[in-house]
Amino acid sequence: MLKDITLGQYFPGNTLAHRLDPRTKLMMVVLYIVALFCAKGFLSYGLMALFLLLCVRISKVGFRALVRGMKPLILILIFTAVLNMFYTPGRAIASFWVFTLTVEGVWAAVFMVIRIALLIMGTFLMTYTTSPIALTDAIENLLGPLKRLRVPVHELAMMMSIALRFIPTLIEEADKIMSAQKARGADFETGNLLRRAKAMAPVLVPLFISAFRRADELATAMECRCYHGGEGRTKLHVLRYQKRDLFCLVTMALVMIGAVILGSLGY
Amino acid sequence: MEMLKTERLSFAYPEREGEGQLVLKEIGLTVERGSIVAILGHNGSGKSTLAKQFNAVLLPSGGKVWVDGFDTADEAAQLEVRRRVGMVFQNPDNQIVANVVEEDVAFAPENLGVPTEEIRTRVDDALAAVGMANFARYAPHLLSGGQKQRIAIAGVIAMEPECIVLDEATAMLDPQGRRDVLETVRRLNRERGVTIVMITHHMDEAECADRLIVMNQGEVYLDGAPREIFQRVDELRAIGLSAPETVKLLDSLRKEGLDVPLSAISVEECAGAICAALKAEEKNAPKGNETEWNQF
Amino acid sequence: MEPILTVENLTHTYSAGTPFERSAIRGIDFAVGPGEFVGVIGHTGSGKSTFIQHLNGLLKPTAGRVCFRGQDIWTSPRITHETRFHVGLVFQYPEYQLFEETVYQDVAFGPKNMGLAQEEIDRRVREAAGFVGLREEWLDKSPFELSGGQKRRVAIAGVLAMEPEVLILDEPTAGLDPAGCESILAELRQYHRAKGNTVLLVSHSMEEVACHAGRIVVLDNARIVMDGTPREVFSRAKELEAIGLGVPEITRVAMRLHEAGLAVDPATYTLEALRTQLLSLRGGRGPC
Repeated sequence: MLKDITLGQYFPGNTLAHRLDPRTKLMMVVLYIVALFCAKGFLSYGLMALFLLLCVRISKVGFRALVRGMKPLILILIFTAVLNMFYTPGRAIASFWVFTLTVEGVWAAVFMVIRIALLIMGTFLMTYTTSPIALTDAIENLLGPLKRLRVPVHELAMMMSIALRFIPTLIEEADKIMSAQKARGADFETGNLLRRAKAMAPVLVPLFISAFRRADELATAMECRCYHGGEGRTKLHVLRYQKRDLFCLVTMALVMIGAVILGSLGY
Repeated sequence: MEMLKTERLSFAYPEREGEGQLVLKEIGLTVERGSIVAILGHNGSGKSTLAKQFNAVLLPSGGKVWVDGFDTADEAAQLEVRRRVGMVFQNPDNQIVANVVEEDVAFAPENLGVPTEEIRTRVDDALAAVGMANFARYAPHLLSGGQKQRIAIAGVIAMEPECIVLDEATAMLDPQGRRDVLETVRRLNRERGVTIVMITHHMDEAECADRLIVMNQGEVYLDGAPREIFQRVDELRAIGLSAPETVKLLDSLRKEGLDVPLSAISVEECAGAICAALKAEEKNAPKGNETEWNQF
Repeated sequence: MEPILTVENLTHTYSAGTPFERSAIRGIDFAVGPGEFVGVIGHTGSGKSTFIQHLNGLLKPTAGRVCFRGQDIWTSPRITHETRFHVGLVFQYPEYQLFEETVYQDVAFGPKNMGLAQEEIDRRVREAAGFVGLREEWLDKSPFELSGGQKRRVAIAGVLAMEPEVLILDEPTAGLDPAGCESILAELRQYHRAKGNTVLLVSHSMEEVACHAGRIVVLDNARIVMDGTPREVFSRAKELEAIGLGVPEITRVAMRLHEAGLAVDPATYTLEALRTQLLSLRGGRGPC
């Protein structure tokens, strides 16, 4: 069951979306999110959706994979939708007890769901087409100027990439520990929420202990391979912008400007 | 100059209970350049602690360790020491840093500030040397244990070390993985003259070494050629180790008075020695039934 | 003899319906009787881990059946759950599953899940701890204070305390030094002798299996390819080598001696047996 998590998964490929510099993709996602929050009505949201669709087609990532990735977040989506529906003041359609359903609320909910869905899919499209290591490289590179302000950018990037590296290992280990405890009669499937939460202790304790042991051994192994922080480090893959990066960034910027203008006009 | 040298090396873990308990006691050893040395001992004999002294992961509590002439206690020389002595540890999962094989192999040269083009050639060369060139773009968690250990070895080779220390690097592998890893380090020794120090409790791995050091309770208990040391069946058993099955068989026959040499370690030698001894006994027997021999 | 555990036409396919589809085991038939000591051998990827996880209902067969005492273990969720108490499984590196505050509590985890009375749990914990050589005074210690070998014993005791009729151990000696291996195996054999239950020992080591098992099952490429006494299995040395497993070193010596014309059984697999045969040949007493 743990193996179903697709968050942050990378599907290798060789499309334009895959070949773009990870920094470009990261910046595009940021611009896309800004644009999303400026969008107001059908036209601006339509533009954003269309642009995402175009990117999805170019990347050859299956639309189904994107939707599947959203599954764990459906609860959050429903929650925000309901909250918007009942807590937006406006013309009432129906009301019971302390809740009042308003027309504005319904619209707000619809747009909110679209906005979050586009945001999530846009971000996932980036993680699906960018290897985690390229992504951390990009973050380290883009945040580079912050080093002057004594922000430990390299360390943060290293921590992120190690975390990503160990996710599959720890998931596998959690599965193994769960099987071992099941073999001793542990029951993770029945009972109420509290009981199930309690039943997780036999999994979490060994998992944490092993994570600490792994961290300790990894730190030694890194030291042995001459790791001494980010100073004087070189890279196997050096990031270089190409023409296509400029082209994509400009396109994204135009789309954003379009969305901002449409949004400010209320469309 | 010898590759590794220890002089009256003592060590105690500072944070452990029973403070002052020495894990290593006055060890004096030299490891010659280009040799394969196996360090054998039961769990807790101090063999892994000794291994960690060879690249300044642990520093002596007393005495000295020299690596290629560098004193490991000298902090300024630390990188020089670590670059020269690569370590491969037991758990393959806990020493792979990156989530793409080639990125992991590149880790050490990146740390050393090697120029990008040279990192590329080093990575390709290292992966080829361990026979994993086809896996450069793989995610490490999809590989088998033996393959992961070969990636770890490649990661060390990319530093261009003069010595590789394998700290029970085969303990978690299946027989096939173990054979692949051993074959790889032997080839590195043969073709590139890399000094190999193997920490192990598998007798069959020690067989291929030039020299065998047996540790017990923080001290060097036996030191010599494998053939010599394996003959000391009772001494090995006394410290929780065991000789190869062939030697044990010969030993049990000797105890019954059959004149077989304990030095016949391989299966062929062992069978040959037994046949020869039985034949010799027959010849010397005053009168016995004739036995036919097909080959000997 | 009525078998205690039977497996019929067992197949398990991972990621069915995707490009990663892969059969880990295919059409396995297997039965084991009460009191048998069986060695299960196969290299990594042969399907042996998948196979043993079916025997106590941790994995559900894609096709085929697993029956405990004649009853399909997937008849109802309750029966599947109970099967795990009848068929105990000790995983590889089981020391990494310990979680309780004291050794005692950890060993008691299984019996507690069985819903046993307090006195019964206490009796079982002490008995199981005794079998694996855990000292009385260690029971109140934290399991994390113990050495690696002791932790492993705690984990094994945790399964023994459920008093399973079938005990399966996945490489219980992995990573231990020779003395540690020997003592754990000796403890298991003593347990087997005292309790008379069924034991399945999964191992990479031919020597280990040869010394302890009365029957050996060899898995290769998702199927059982050999199933018989050690003598029967080791007499097929060529086939074993072809699938990358080989025979014990002693058997290889015996084969050499046999080829050289000595009256030695080429499938001899223990040092003791070979020694006896050789001594009986001394001074030309033995016919060739």
